[in-house]
Amino acid sequence: MQAKSFLELMQWGPQGWLDEMMFATGLTLAVAIVGFLFGLLFGTLAAIAKLSGSRLAKRLADAYTTVFRGVPDLLVIYLFYFGGSAVVTAIGQFFGAQGFIGLPGFLIGTLAIGIVSGAYQSEVIRGAYLAVPPGEVEAARAFGMSGRALLWRIIGPQVLRYGLPGMGNIWQLVLKESALVAVVGLSVYLYEVRLGDLVLIYETRFSDLLRQAHVAAGSTRQPFVFYITAVAFYLVLTTASTWCFRRAETWATRGMRRV
Amino acid sequence: MKIIRLAAIAGAVLALGLATADAQAQMRKVKVATEGAYAPWNFVNSQGKLEGFELDLGAELCKRAKLDCEFVAQDWDGIMPSLLAKKYDAIMAGMNITPKRMETINFTTAYAAGPHGLLILKSSALAKLPAGEYNLTKDLAEAEKAIAAITPQLKGKIIGVQGSTTNLAWAEKYFKGVAEIREYKTTEQHDLDLAAGRIDAAVVAHSAAQATMETATGKDMTMAPPSFSGGMLGLGVAVGIRKEDNDLKNAFDAAVKAAIADGTIKTLSIKWFKVDMTPKS
Amino acid sequence: MDFTFLGESFLRLIGGVPLTLQLAFSSIALGLCLAILLALMMQSWFRPLGWLADGFVFVFRGTPLLVQIFLIYYGLGQFRPALDEMGIWWFFRSPYYCALLALTLNTAAYGAEIVRGGLQSVPAGQIEAARAFGMSGLTLYRRIVAPIALRQALPAYGNEVILMIKATSLVSTITLMEVTGLAHKLISETFRSFEVFFVAGAIYLAINFAVTRLIELAEHRIAPDLAQANRPAEVH
Repeated sequence: MQAKSFLELMQWGPQGWLDEMMFATGLTLAVAIVGFLFGLLFGTLAAIAKLSGSRLAKRLADAYTTVFRGVPDLLVIYLFYFGGSAVVTAIGQFFGAQGFIGLPGFLIGTLAIGIVSGAYQSEVIRGAYLAVPPGEVEAARAFGMSGRALLWRIIGPQVLRYGLPGMGNIWQLVLKESALVAVVGLSVYLYEVRLGDLVLIYETRFSDLLRQAHVAAGSTRQPFVFYITAVAFYLVLTTASTWCFRRAETWATRGMRRV
Repeated sequence: MKIIRLAAIAGAVLALGLATADAQAQMRKVKVATEGAYAPWNFVNSQGKLEGFELDLGAELCKRAKLDCEFVAQDWDGIMPSLLAKKYDAIMAGMNITPKRMETINFTTAYAAGPHGLLILKSSALAKLPAGEYNLTKDLAEAEKAIAAITPQLKGKIIGVQGSTTNLAWAEKYFKGVAEIREYKTTEQHDLDLAAGRIDAAVVAHSAAQATMETATGKDMTMAPPSFSGGMLGLGVAVGIRKEDNDLKNAFDAAVKAAIADGTIKTLSIKWFKVDMTPKS
Repeated sequence: MDFTFLGESFLRLIGGVPLTLQLAFSSIALGLCLAILLALMMQSWFRPLGWLADGFVFVFRGTPLLVQIFLIYYGLGQFRPALDEMGIWWFFRSPYYCALLALTLNTAAYGAEIVRGGLQSVPAGQIEAARAFGMSGLTLYRRIVAPIALRQALPAYGNEVILMIKATSLVSTITLMEVTGLAHKLISETFRSFEVFFVAGAIYLAINFAVTRLIELAEHRIAPDLAQANRPAEVH
């Protein structure tokens, strides 16, 4: 068998791998976005716990931050991958459910990323909250604002404004961390549907970008081509998102006085 | 193209669902896991599809056992835990029957069996070893004598092997301390490293090595002449099933026996491996 | 909890600690040298040098370390004949050196930004004052710029050290059995992910704790005034 050229390997369609690599990039982006949102959720909860008066809540949140910022992400992914389904099944059985409760690979991967990035996120959110000038909150109170209005109209927007640069950093972190799910393999499947002679959809394995590069490298035994392509696609993702965050920062700080 | 097909899928699934609901009512749905990185047993082609001996055989067995089967890909290191967690119901992934695995899961009758050995570069001194087929179950002493002849050749060398396999257990038993043993996640990875000369030998099944040697990467590779089977290397490749799932074991058992009897396994084996891997009873 | 199993796991995993530490500290030391070089290139009057450094930082910060490791190990492994001819195959043959190279290049890219930040924090007045005293070139760097930059950069560099210790876990994907690699092997043998995670996690936290303390101590030694202001941890 003759080794194929770069262009042959990177064709679009059943002969080449370009279509698979593009879909994989899409899945990587999806993993990163969902993982980031999970992180935002966990991070916000932890930040609330840290800022709340409760000593116990603060301790728990601090422990969460220390553990998940100090332990390698890969180890956390292994924990979720090998232990995740067992836990969910056990919890399900406790409540009377039967059999395996599938935690799809996608959920396992994004939850693991969410837990890790949430640990970083909680510090960013806490810092941003503390940066909100107390005078503004007092002023709002003086105007009779309270509770939800205060949160939505005064604190929320400013936390977003002060936290955005930090969140941008975490987004970059999450985007790169999403590559780790390749180690345990996270795939989304679509199956072939046939109506007589008409094939409506291929059974297609959507993997994340690095995993796809891995599979293609294994199948064609041409690792360099696929890993360098993965590098290029990641650079596109990180560059594009840097630009997006910069726009978002401009938008979030539009009302700020510049010195 | 796939996007367009995606749009069409919703309607199609509905229509199909209605049409086949009755027919499938009696068929048990079975999910079968395979690795998808162990050519020619099971691998992923450039269309992202699973393919290989076990995919063909699985379809054949399920037809006979009247099961509605679906193949899923699962990494090797998680393939047993996920079976236990009921993520799927059966494993067909070139997995050998071993006493150690039998502690955790159950196996059907073997559907294939073949020798194992050392995959090396043609230039290696190991290529000049005397040929021989040794069975660790039938004549352990003879087999160990043959292994002892290999050992000095491996002194200070590096052996690659896939983790959590019978090949690894075998390598660790006989070559630990003599050679450095490196564990890989997939066989594809140690093939690449053997081609690059990072390792001096890989412990593999002959069947899988055959596929490697046909690729551009494997053109300078060969199997060391002595081959080994049985004993700790496994008692044949079989379908792995949870211990409590006896119905499924019986169904697959009958199907495997029938497929051996009428030569289906022989045909598929020659199609994928070029040799007959039907287990000899 | 099964304490016998925890004990056994601990004994097995602790065997990976030397490799973890060795990789982390060698890559940080080598990476720091490269980072300083890159930071100086960025500030160089000869712009192409700056572009080169910027490009390096862009690529290595913009892609996952895991991809970099695979590219260096499996990707370059494909070019054995060419590397052989250049006489550097012995380097790429070893998974250890490949891992070290990937970790070093990666930390250098992040480190360069930290060092650059440190250099930029040196007040212009200080340099002008030193110049007025007749200091120039190396003396200026050694006695004025470097100490101030170091004081500024140390906390951020402390973070980088922790991140590198965590990053070494990725080398288990290219057959190096450090703590995470051993943990993975143990999980796939015993299927007891929680206990193994617990033990491996504790080992990493202990290492991080010791390293954090050492860095705090260093900060206190060279910049008692700055060490007071407890900066929140940065993320990159």
